[in-house]
Amino acid sequence: MAAAVAMAARGCGGVWRRARQRGAGQPGPGPGPFPRGQRAVACNARGGAVPAGKSGLVPWVPVVGLEIHAQISSNSKLFSGSQVQFAAPPNSLVSFFDASLPGTLPVLNRRCVEAAVMTGLALNCSINKKSLFDRKHYFYADLPAGYQITQQRVPIAVNGSLSYSLCIDNKMSQMVTKTVRIKQIQLEQDSGKSLHDDTRSQTLVDLNRAGVGLMEVVMEPDMCCGEEAAAAVRELQLILQTLGSSQAVMAEGQLRVDANVSVHHPGEPYGVRTEVKNINSIRFLAKAIDYEIQRQIEELENGGTILNETRAFDSKLGCTVPMRDKEGKQDYRFMPEPNLPPLILYDAKSLPANMNHQQVINIDWIHERLPDLPSVKRKKLVEQYGILPEHSFTLLNEDGLAEFFESVVKQTQMKPKKVIGWILKDLLSYLKQHSLTVKESPVSSFLLADLLNLLEKKEISSPAAKQVMAIKAGNQKVLNKLIGLVQKKTEGRSNPVLVKQLLEKKLSE
Amino acid sequence: MAALGRVSRLLLGAAAPRSLPARGMAAAAAHEEGGARMWKTLTFLVALPGVAVCMLNCYLKAQHHHERPEFVPYSHLRIRTKQKVSVEVLDHLEQLALVDFRDSEGVERLQKAIQFADQLHEVNTDGVEPMDSVLEDRCLYLREDDVTEGNCTKELLENAREKVEEYFVAPPGNIPLPKLEERETFLQGSK
Repeated sequence: MAAAVAMAARGCGGVWRRARQRGAGQPGPGPGPFPRGQRAVACNARGGAVPAGKSGLVPWVPVVGLEIHAQISSNSKLFSGSQVQFAAPPNSLVSFFDASLPGTLPVLNRRCVEAAVMTGLALNCSINKKSLFDRKHYFYADLPAGYQITQQRVPIAVNGSLSYSLCIDNKMSQMVTKTVRIKQIQLEQDSGKSLHDDTRSQTLVDLNRAGVGLMEVVMEPDMCCGEEAAAAVRELQLILQTLGSSQAVMAEGQLRVDANVSVHHPGEPYGVRTEVKNINSIRFLAKAIDYEIQRQIEELENGGTILNETRAFDSKLGCTVPMRDKEGKQDYRFMPEPNLPPLILYDAKSLPANMNHQQVINIDWIHERLPDLPSVKRKKLVEQYGILPEHSFTLLNEDGLAEFFESVVKQTQMKPKKVIGWILKDLLSYLKQHSLTVKESPVSSFLLADLLNLLEKKEISSPAAKQVMAIKAGNQKVLNKLIGLVQKKTEGRSNPVLVKQLLEKKLSE
Repeated sequence: MAALGRVSRLLLGAAAPRSLPARGMAAAAAHEEGGARMWKTLTFLVALPGVAVCMLNCYLKAQHHHERPEFVPYSHLRIRTKQKVSVEVLDHLEQLALVDFRDSEGVERLQKAIQFADQLHEVNTDGVEPMDSVLEDRCLYLREDDVTEGNCTKELLENAREKVEEYFVAPPGNIPLPKLEERETFLQGSK
């Protein structure tokens, strides 16, 4: 569609007109309380009060809670047998149940339950052996049934915790570990996708995504700034990707985050909170939260009040704007889902004797088969190779980098502590410069190991090794320099084009 | 009676061979008389006596003194709360469920429904776990994660009033129900 399109934020409802996400929405108050690019809010190490604001006399304590929706990585949807796939012809992955045609009933997907249990166990939650399904009613074109099947009363997992680390002062030298409590994890259905066609004043609805399984992770408001929230979400993303329960790619909408932000003075009760939606990346998450905290502080210091509203984050302007839709509290009229009996999970002790194996989900069986979580992997890297904790974070943050590092260490005689320097400083910076992933690296682990071996045996010098890496990584200037050297040696008798071709051929080996 | 006689005569005439029309007519006449006599007999010997017996029974029963059953003031039948549902609540309900109460009869029906449901409060449920479905002791079936449905775009779009390139078309957002003051609704008058 050539017309301007935007994804509608989830969760709106009722009979209110929905604000558009791009273009039509009015920008926030003026140019914003602070110019973009400046770090507005810095939590101190203890995550306490922010001495910001004009008066600067009484400190403000920001409170941030997150609601994260992670799309479950499965072949078929939560309650129907249609396929789960990101890009597909519109309305081609839709079954009669997803379109809420009469006479259809939900049938629960076993894989989605297992994914939720895995995630709950990884986040130290207690798994409810009996959980119930409910209906949450609201009207919107991308919710054909008029209600969403979710788990509001008794979700599948409750009372967990997520530990994450952040570095103070941007120096990567000091890392502090924090914990955020997980209130609950619940299974729910995703809605379809709405594409807004402003020119023709209509909305196009694609139900391919309707009915896909989601895990909603509800966090308690234990965080105090955008940086903490970003670190927590990053850690959750890594955990989900390690477990395989979700691919958690924010750009593809597999991980959606809504932030609840409020500020108050220490010792006083919590302030009015606003909900911030339409956040499309972890970077924007930090920005949006920091902006909202600052906006609320400014508003309150100027004698205004904060409305309990929903605001959308405008990434272009770097500010939050009210979503004019959400005036007044939503009444979702929760009721038990009449078509689904309670979901019963078992553990080793309560395993029923004569039930069909396929119908039984054993929590202990899943627990035994959990892979190493990122925190465990980092600890192992530090212990095994003697690298610094900060390095282990960087290794795990880049997809495939840890494996690359381990592979090089195996093939080289150089000490891991020195290898890590080459990996993190030289290789990673080249990759970042050329926007490549580790998998696309022109320097293979074998090559790097070879190079480092030469360095160890002192056959080549360190700067020379760096140059070779640069050439391999495609640095054109160094290649030209080599051509120049060849020319010098052959005293100008060689054909430069041929030399370049030969060199490039050699290098690509 | 004459018509009946004629019909029976016709039928019998058709059945019997033409060579015996006279005998057929006589037979028909005899049948006719037989039918009427039967009914006359039944009336005087069965129906009228039966009615008389019933009348006697009623008279005797009425004579016998009937004791009224003991009056028990059941609380669920004596709910007198005539609590009216306020206009704000009715407006809120109309917005939430997109239902139109239309006139006072609709509101009265709602009132009666609430009263009917209020009878449940009479039951003492202290310490009893609420049941939310009669299915609660059934087994929730778990399906294997296989792709078994989908690819029916054409069928799904068949019933769509408007479509664009295999998308469903909807208005550009929820069209809000106008506020109570701006709407033409019966509720306004009752404010």
